[in-house]
Amino acid sequence: MTIKNFYNEMTDEAGRVRPHYASYANWLSEMPEERLSQKRAEADALFHRYGITFAVYGENAGTERLIPFDIIPRIIPASEWQTLAAGLRQRVKALNLFIRDIYHDQDILKSGTVPAEQVLNNAQYRRVMQGVDVARDIYAHIAGVDVVRAGAGEYYVLEDNLRVPSGVSYMLENRKMMMRLFPRLFSRYKVAPVDRYPDMLLNMLRSVAPTGVSDPTVVVMTPGAYNSAYFEHAFLAQQMGVELVEGQDMFVKDEQVFMRTTQGPQRVDVIYRRVDDDFLDPLAFRQDSVLGVPGILGAYQAGRVTVTNAIGSGVADDKSIYPYVPEMIRFYLGEEPILHNVPTFMCRKKDDLAYVLDHLAELVVKEVHGAGGYGMLVGPAATRAEIEDFRKILEAHPERYIAQPTLALSACPTFVESGIAPRHIDLRPFVLSGEEIQLIPGGLTRVALREGSLVVNSSQGGGTKDTWVLEA
Amino acid sequence: MLSRTADHLYWMARYMERAENIARMLDVNYRMSLMPQSQVQEDQAWAATLRIMALEGAFHERYAEITADNVLDFMIFDESNPSSIRRCLLAARENAHAVRGTLTSELWETTNGTWLKMRDFTREEFQDVGAGEFFEWVKYRSHLSRGVTIGTMLQDDALRFIRIGTFLERADNTARILDVKYQILLPAGEVEGGAADYYQWSALLRSVSAFEVYRKVYRDLITPARVAELMLLRVDMPRSMARCLKEVYSNLQRIRNAQSAETERQAGELEAQLRFGRIEDIVRGGLHTYTMRLLDRVQELGNRIADDFLVPVS
Repeated sequence: MTIKNFYNEMTDEAGRVRPHYASYANWLSEMPEERLSQKRAEADALFHRYGITFAVYGENAGTERLIPFDIIPRIIPASEWQTLAAGLRQRVKALNLFIRDIYHDQDILKSGTVPAEQVLNNAQYRRVMQGVDVARDIYAHIAGVDVVRAGAGEYYVLEDNLRVPSGVSYMLENRKMMMRLFPRLFSRYKVAPVDRYPDMLLNMLRSVAPTGVSDPTVVVMTPGAYNSAYFEHAFLAQQMGVELVEGQDMFVKDEQVFMRTTQGPQRVDVIYRRVDDDFLDPLAFRQDSVLGVPGILGAYQAGRVTVTNAIGSGVADDKSIYPYVPEMIRFYLGEEPILHNVPTFMCRKKDDLAYVLDHLAELVVKEVHGAGGYGMLVGPAATRAEIEDFRKILEAHPERYIAQPTLALSACPTFVESGIAPRHIDLRPFVLSGEEIQLIPGGLTRVALREGSLVVNSSQGGGTKDTWVLEA
Repeated sequence: MLSRTADHLYWMARYMERAENIARMLDVNYRMSLMPQSQVQEDQAWAATLRIMALEGAFHERYAEITADNVLDFMIFDESNPSSIRRCLLAARENAHAVRGTLTSELWETTNGTWLKMRDFTREEFQDVGAGEFFEWVKYRSHLSRGVTIGTMLQDDALRFIRIGTFLERADNTARILDVKYQILLPAGEVEGGAADYYQWSALLRSVSAFEVYRKVYRDLITPARVAELMLLRVDMPRSMARCLKEVYSNLQRIRNAQSAETERQAGELEAQLRFGRIEDIVRGGLHTYTMRLLDRVQELGNRIADDFLVPVS
């Protein structure tokens, strides 16, 4: 499949280079392809040496792979970023208010704006959080909102990731790599720096410590060295100068969380956990979890420890809740949404299902609870047989799926085997909520390296690019 | 610091040091095998190497006979042998990986880089470059990680656990090297002798990088008792038992916690014994007996450190 009429980040419809890419395009045209190949090889070797890898699940488990890094940056002009940032702030603010409301008075359900059964029967809704007050009323402290651009260049939010969004380490490492490979390029452009992120993150985490704790001990909690995002967990702990702990390193005594240190038990106040709710506390959730800490939920409910993101945040980033986000913004903030939502068909609704079944070849169908690009159908890219197979699955469990029109994702020039060619991209900016809502100018740009592909997930052969937000 | 983190740091250092010492042990045999000696002597030497590490049983499960090629293959490449250089470098890397956030990026990259090179190193390449050059490479990678450790790591507990790992492992290995060579080279109270002996003793000294040191310290003939003295009691010799225990003791003092007093006392006692010991007394009482006892005490120290710091009960 080839998508036509997509927005090209570098050139306009007439093939002219857009102004913010002009200087880069000049530079690129003087760069022989061998030199680019050489730079790319250099980047690969460095990423390997640094061990910036992700672990692969399934076949060849235990092996580590590089996420392919593309050396052509994605450039975003200052004005565009301002709108985007304002839209993201607005969205995350509303989402936090929504989660707080769900676990307290449920005004939005009473008003009928969001159907109660959609929320309360959702697997991500955690009854144990009902009535629990959390520090500063923040739930989704770290949000990774996936944004794409469609045909005319307008931005759409594709997904709000409010549980344990990953990728920020690649945003930081990609920048370091670009500055190392092409230092002189950075004198041509005023690129907004991203390296403050770990500081911002640490400040945010400290600001949401339980009340009464003046010098909080912050830790990053990882499922362990074999987790696919382990590099990032270790990286963030190191950059913030805090301990990287596993569940087995902590224990709960008298509703207080401690970690085992060489100097005896030490109190833990804020846990930036990269472990899913289900595995966090074997006493409360999955009993077979060896990754968690028995009793941690009790300490959390008692307000003796802060867990970020909050337990139960997933109720707001579910694909079945996504269609209601614009309504949430109107409901809680009384504002019009700045960023578009992609029109979404909810297959649990009869009419929507009928439409979807009739238009499978044009739509993207996703599992409500799925992530990572697994279990989805990209209609225009699928064979007839694949569509028919998917139809059976969909008819059997319509409530598990939503469908969206296939967006003509924007494309950015990318250095691939055949030379420089456009490839489809998305963008995941990271939004931090504590005392205030902050975001680093930029995010992680993911790129679908296969020609025509719209799936950017690294588990599906996607790569990444450095993202340049230009300073005004 | 986290007990688990300390545990990984300690074992990272131990495995790196172990890889180096295995390279040294194999290297000394390899050098000796290049000198005029009988086949029996040579086979004996390879068998002794396996005995040093208590690996004879495991070896015979995999190989029919003790030959230089078989022992080298087993001790360098064999994936089923937890003490092969390959497995040691992997273990060092895996431990480093588990705490990479605690290491400086230079130290992580060095450890990871060493493993990546070893991983891709084939038996054919080994034939090409030759054993001597390979052992040099292992030693230099170990030197490099130690240098990077000291040159880049903050002087905090993390560094101290690394140092304790390094020196406990080295103490263990120095005692083993000395013991086994002493038994082979000096059967039943023989005194220093001819040219062959000279080469053998000098090879032993070289295996602990002590040949030039010996010359400098003694300015005299190489005698077995002096070699033993150098390897056991000389505090100024960086691979001697006395030096290793001094380092272990001083680092232990800095990480002390509520339960580590007895461990510290035992380390101090052992350090003092080595510092004030006399080689004449040791030789009179039997060097083998002495080193065996030393090995036991070093092992006991390792167990105590694990209990006090690395895997505490709560």
